[in-house]
This record gives sequence, structure tokens and C-alpha cells, in this order.
Amino acid sequence: MPEISYLEAIRQALWQEMKRDERVFLLGEDIGCYGGAFGLTHGMLDEFGPERIRETPISEATIVATAIGASLLGMRPVAEIMFMDFILLTLDQLANQAAKMRFMFGGRTTVPMVVRMPAGSGTGAASQHSQSLESVLMHFPGLKVVNPSTPYDAKGLMLAAIRDPNPVCFVEHKVLYKTKGEVPEGDYTIPLGVGEIKRAGRDITVVANNIMVMKTLHVAEKLSEAGIEVEVIDPRTLLPLDTQTIIDSVLRTGRLLVVHEACQTGGWAGEVIASVVGSPAFDYIDTPVRRLGGKDIPIPYNRGLEKIAIPQEDDIEQEIRAMVEGRI
Amino acid sequence: MTDDSRKVIEQEAGSHEAFEEQVKRLGLSDETLIDLDRTMCTIRHFEYMADKLYAAGKVHGTMHLSAGQEAVAVGISLAVRSDDYFINHHRGHGHFIAKGADINLMMAEFLGKDTGYNHGRGGSMHIADFQSNNLGANGIVGGGIPQAVGVGLALQMQRRKEICICIFGDGASNEGVFHEALNMVALWKLPVLYICENNKYGMSMDVARATAKLPIAQRAEAYGIPWACVDGNDVVAVYDAMKIAADHVRAGIGPYFVETVTYRYFGHSKSDRNLYRSKEEIEDWKQNRDPIMRFTKHLLRAEILGESQAHEIDAEAEQVIVRAVEFAEASPEPEPSTLTEYVYA
Repeated sequence: MPEISYLEAIRQALWQEMKRDERVFLLGEDIGCYGGAFGLTHGMLDEFGPERIRETPISEATIVATAIGASLLGMRPVAEIMFMDFILLTLDQLANQAAKMRFMFGGRTTVPMVVRMPAGSGTGAASQHSQSLESVLMHFPGLKVVNPSTPYDAKGLMLAAIRDPNPVCFVEHKVLYKTKGEVPEGDYTIPLGVGEIKRAGRDITVVANNIMVMKTLHVAEKLSEAGIEVEVIDPRTLLPLDTQTIIDSVLRTGRLLVVHEACQTGGWAGEVIASVVGSPAFDYIDTPVRRLGGKDIPIPYNRGLEKIAIPQEDDIEQEIRAMVEGRI
Repeated sequence: MTDDSRKVIEQEAGSHEAFEEQVKRLGLSDETLIDLDRTMCTIRHFEYMADKLYAAGKVHGTMHLSAGQEAVAVGISLAVRSDDYFINHHRGHGHFIAKGADINLMMAEFLGKDTGYNHGRGGSMHIADFQSNNLGANGIVGGGIPQAVGVGLALQMQRRKEICICIFGDGASNEGVFHEALNMVALWKLPVLYICENNKYGMSMDVARATAKLPIAQRAEAYGIPWACVDGNDVVAVYDAMKIAADHVRAGIGPYFVETVTYRYFGHSKSDRNLYRSKEEIEDWKQNRDPIMRFTKHLLRAEILGESQAHEIDAEAEQVIVRAVEFAEASPEPEPSTLTEYVYA
């Protein structure tokens, strides 16, 4: 199986779906010859032309609104919002409009659209270009929030997202763009709303998203040598959230840690923990459940400060050891 | 109201000769003119009935009534095709009726019934009828303006001849997306007809206090979009302007912008105590500029209608609304078991 990057996997999904379905088109800022801020759409303008690789002015709210309007007429738009931070400029259209249209209109329409949004820190882009706002988007029923951690998942989830009849927020992580993995060349989808056990283990369940999945997997390999077996769950879709896979895992391990880069307060770890402690798994919990989120601060510019603003592998390792060794 | 906008009204109002000349030039048949009158009466009765139902405690939520603005809705609908797309604002009852919506289903939605257009999920503010390409009213001021870009883009990409008519109020023209959207429809020459229904007030804010330069329509100039500002209480003038605009848009050469200057009789919504305008002002509009009265007078003078026929049309329109209320009141409430339906497809 060919090994390609997370970025290339998303591009491949877009490319193949545009070949397969003429209703699909891309819109966003600088997605033409520039290839988008991260080069993800590089080469697509030459292949598909300016009508389907639709470059827009810097008008984020209207980019999302344009996707909404086009989807109502049967198109399958994929909008790019250059940095996830900028979705805050589009929230009326995402949250008041796209998320609610099907419901408000009594089920008489669908809003099949995807909004891509690179998230996360680690690039020295400071406070307004580094946020992880997926928890914010989870508060709007009607939206789906997808958040892949591997190239394989990124392609399969993107193909599923474009074919989904609902508005999907597709949250990518900038630091993952260059990570590589095996990705089939052919067509495949990963169902939205289904999590995956990325690594099986008996001692503790760690639920993590995007880059934290990778960090936790590294830690798990290291701890395995020390005799601690970590089960790593990637929900892949945050809304709707596959709580059953997590509950089933905690029934086996009796311990739960949730790790995310998003600020801890109001972060989605709280949602996971509430779902688990409110379930029959409660009786099987041996250790206080814990969460490890980003610090409750804006992301700083300085390299050293930026790094310690979000959970690092050492932090995850210490937390797991403390929980498994009964020091909490 | 600015001097400019005031002039628009006063120049147009009153001259029967001008009316006859305009009707002749536009080739409007007697039958069409009578239909315009009938639809305006139907809208007026719908709105007064809505108010009455609210006063009787039969309406759960809020409503935004368009009595006084009927000529705008009716003039637009005559100028466009029935398969053209509508995106609407929160004060939308009139536009729906003029576009041919089923009044029973509208009234049922207004009363929150399962038989309503939205199965009781939307109410007055969100009525939509996708079968007739009516993409719905919007509760967020200006929320539909940028969505028209997407509808226009899809129509252009699908090489279709329908156009998108997006109606919003004077207040919405001060939202940021108004400017984003106008720029984009002009840039891409999209088949979008923007209509600013200026009824003089936002909630209480006079348009002249909210808008640095009037008329609102002149803002289109900045984006290279052709525009007009017309008397929104003169149904033939509205049709005349909309026909020119719609033909331009349908020719595929780009968007058009029309401002219609009109006036709402009721308050903004049910919370309104009319503290920002005088009774005299409201009465002045009702007595001297009422769109139905003005039009009916012309029809009577031109002997297109007789007095008794005019009364008959009005009485029939009222009956349509009375029957719609009967339908709505006899309709079932949505089942509690369906609460979570329609969130996801």
C-alpha cells in the first residue's frame, strides 16, 4: 500500500471525489495557484479549472454561506477556511444557519456541505492562528464534527464527509499534515460517528484526538516496555460522539484519561467523562477519571511557551503512570 | 426618511394618467391587475388575522407582520417566474403568499401545527416551501443575503435559467455580510436580484439614523451593480422596476439591486409599543399612501373594477384566511415522540 502524507491523503480524497461527482466543488481563499495556505489544493486548479476550484475574496462568513446556498440546490461544496480560528467569523452561518436549516424547515431539505479547517498549535503562529475549537462546534446539533489523526482516516473520513447529507466541519491538524501512513489508492469511506481503538491495552483507556492520538501512541509503546498496557481510542468524529466504544473500553480497563489540545475548560473531555461516569462503567472505575487539556490561556508565540501550553508526551506519560500506579 | 426617498414616493403617487400610461406600456391586462389587487387583499387579511389570533392568545411565539408593504411582495412575484428561487427575511408572510404558497399550510405553521410547512418547528419566522423553490425566511437579520451567493453560484454552474431573488430589510443592509455578498455576486456575475425592502425602521431605529448615506440602493454602485429605488407602495411601479431588474439578471450579465420604499403598519413584533414613531405618522401612511387603497382607486377610476366587485374581492380574500384558520385549528399538534426528528438527515 502506498505511503502518503495526511495532507496528500486529504487532497487525494478531494481529487477523487471531484472526478467521481461533478457536483463537488471547492471554494476558499487562495486555493488556486497558491494551493491554499498549506498547499493542500496544489495542482487542483490545473486539473479542474477555476469554476470548480473557486477562489474567493477574504469573506469567511460568505464563503460558508455560499456553500450553504449551493448545497440547497444540490451541489456538494467543500469550503476551506484557512485557519480554524477564522470560523469564528462564520459562526452565524455555521451555527444559526447550516446546523438548523433541516430542523427549522421541518426536514424538507438537507444541507450537504463540508467546511475544512486546519487547527492546532505548534507552528509559531500565535494566538489567532493556533486554536483547537472543535469543542465549540460540538455545541450545535445539526453539525457533524470530524477530526482525523492518520492519513488513512483522513481520506476515508473526507470521502464520507462529502457524501454525508449534513453539514460537516472537517477539522485538520496542521502539524499532522506532513505525517505519513499507508493509504489505499482506491475508494473507501470511514463511517462518521464511529470511533476506533488505535491500540488495545488492559490497564487504562486514553481517549485522544488528532495529534494527541499520535503522542499517546508513542507513550503507550514506551509504557508497554514498563509493563503498562494503554488502550488508545480515537473518536475520529466528535459530533456525534461514539461514547459506546469508550464505555466498553472503560468496562475492561477501569481507568479513563482524556487528552486534547483544546483548552481544558469547556473542552470535549468533560463530555466524554460525563458520558462514562453516567454509564454502567461507573461501577468498574478504579481510579479517579482525569483529563489533560491545553492550558486555559491563548496560545503564545515563543517556541518554549507554545510547547508547554498544550499536553506533551511527558505530561501524558506522567498522568498515565500516576493513575495506573494509584498515586491519584 | 431622506429627502431622496421621500421624493421617490411623492413623484409617483396620485397621478391617474401616469398609472394608465404605465399599465399600457407594461401590457398589464385587466385580469392581471385584478389579481394583484386580490393578492394584496389576501396578504392584508392574513396579517390582520395573525394579529387577531395573537390577541386571542392562540399564537405561542412572535410574528413580524407586513401590513402596509403588500405592494412589494406582489409586484416582485408578478415580475419573476414561479420557479425562480426566493430567499426571504423574517417579515415574510406576504412574499410567501404572493409566490403562491398554500395559505392553509402557512397558517398551520403559524399556529405550530404538524400540518404546517415545517411541521411546527419553524413558526412565522422560518416558513419555507422547497417544492416551490422558496428557500425560507430567516430569523437572523441579513442571514440570507450571503446564502444568495451560493444559490446564484449553483444556478450559474448548473447552467440554469432560474434566478435567485433575495429580499431583506433596511436594517440588514448594515450587516457585514451584506457587503461581502454584494462584492461576490458582482465579481462572479451571479443571477441574483437583491431587493431591499426599506420600511423605514429597523426595530425602532429610523433608517436615516442607521444609514450614513441614503438611499440604501446607492451602495450597489460601489460594487458596480445597477440599481433602482422605487415607491414600494405603488404595485405597478414595483413591478416595472422588478421586471427590468429580473430581465437583466436572467440575461446572465450579473446581479441587480432594487430598493423599495414602504412602511409597516404594525410594530416590529409583538413587543413593540410604537414609542419611536407618532400615531400621526402611521395614520398619514395609512390614509395617504396605502398600497391597496391607492391601487384600488386607480382600478375603480379606470373602470377595471366596480365598487361591488372590489368589495367582493376583499370579502373573498378574507374568507380564504378564515378557512385557513379553520384548517390550522383543526390540525394536530406535532407528536412529542417526534421531538428529535429532522436534526440530521
